[in-house]
Amino acid sequence: MQVTVNGVPAQLAEDVTVADLVAARVGGHDRVAVARNGDVVPRSSWEQTRLADGDALEVLAPTAGG
Amino acid sequence: MSEDALTADLAPALAREEAGDPFTVGGETFTSRLLLGTGGVPSLEALEASVRASGTQLVTVALRRVEASAGSAMMAVLDRCGVRLLPNTAGCRTAREAVLTARLAREAFGTNWVKLEVIGDEHTLLPDVVELLDAAEQLVAEGFVVLAYTTDDPVLGRRLADAGCAAVMPLGSPIGSGLGIRNPHNIALLREAVSVPVVLDAGIGTASDAAQAMELGCDAVLLASAVTRARDPERMALAMRQAVEGGRLAKLAGRIPRRWHAEASTSFAGLPEL
Repeated sequence: MQVTVNGVPAQLAEDVTVADLVAARVGGHDRVAVARNGDVVPRSSWEQTRLADGDALEVLAPTAGG
Repeated sequence: MSEDALTADLAPALAREEAGDPFTVGGETFTSRLLLGTGGVPSLEALEASVRASGTQLVTVALRRVEASAGSAMMAVLDRCGVRLLPNTAGCRTAREAVLTARLAREAFGTNWVKLEVIGDEHTLLPDVVELLDAAEQLVAEGFVVLAYTTDDPVLGRRLADAGCAAVMPLGSPIGSGLGIRNPHNIALLREAVSVPVVLDAGIGTASDAAQAMELGCDAVLLASAVTRARDPERMALAMRQAVEGGRLAKLAGRIPRRWHAEASTSFAGLPEL
């Protein structure tokens, strides 16, 4: 299926969850947040939330800021 | 010179004054009245040294796409320093973006505190106050502790406080400009206008600016660039700590009135005829 991850098109296998995506993209971070089509996906739902064709995902992590 | 050497004589008195005059915001109490932003920090070593020298207990952080993030090492430094995290909504231009960013930050950082900023102009980074008030109302309704970065408008400050913001944070001048407090009168008026804490946020260039903010009655100061972009961030962090404390003490002590002409401090009584 075709999705967008952090603004970049990505081809993913079927039956991928948000938890799978985070594991693949975010090594070593424990403070991560995910938005899917403009809504927060709570951490407690990552395992159950399956990605769908056309999804726009944002995978975010901490950085310095004022 | 090490921080230890710089503070050896001063530290006990400073710590005593800070402990006896706590700063309360959002139901939490802090002994430090200096909030430190991490933006612009040149290295993790400089970050840790600055956080420790500043004595801060509340540090701002941001969220970005994971490819552009700072990595877990920065968070390890902040965890080690034992500071509370204050996520910001930097870069947001609408209430919708800011509300979503605050929700994401709550997920990532496990805190419902947020430094709310909604930017309306790319050159000055001045707040879009219409979007800001809208976002503040939504986030307060969702149970967030909102510290609102705003212009130095006392009426707007009152509207933000009435909306339930935990603190109102007026700018002294544009973010990163180092121009200090351009309208001290407005800051003092804003302090009078609201009962929630007022935190001077943005524009601080050097220690005297931070002291002035406290002398004007601000409850705390939030700064980032003034420390992180200083030639010696650790030393500037210590300067800011002392400036905030000095300004606070001066405010509590009560300054003398300004006079047009001199008033002799040495009595004329008993002046000999020579």
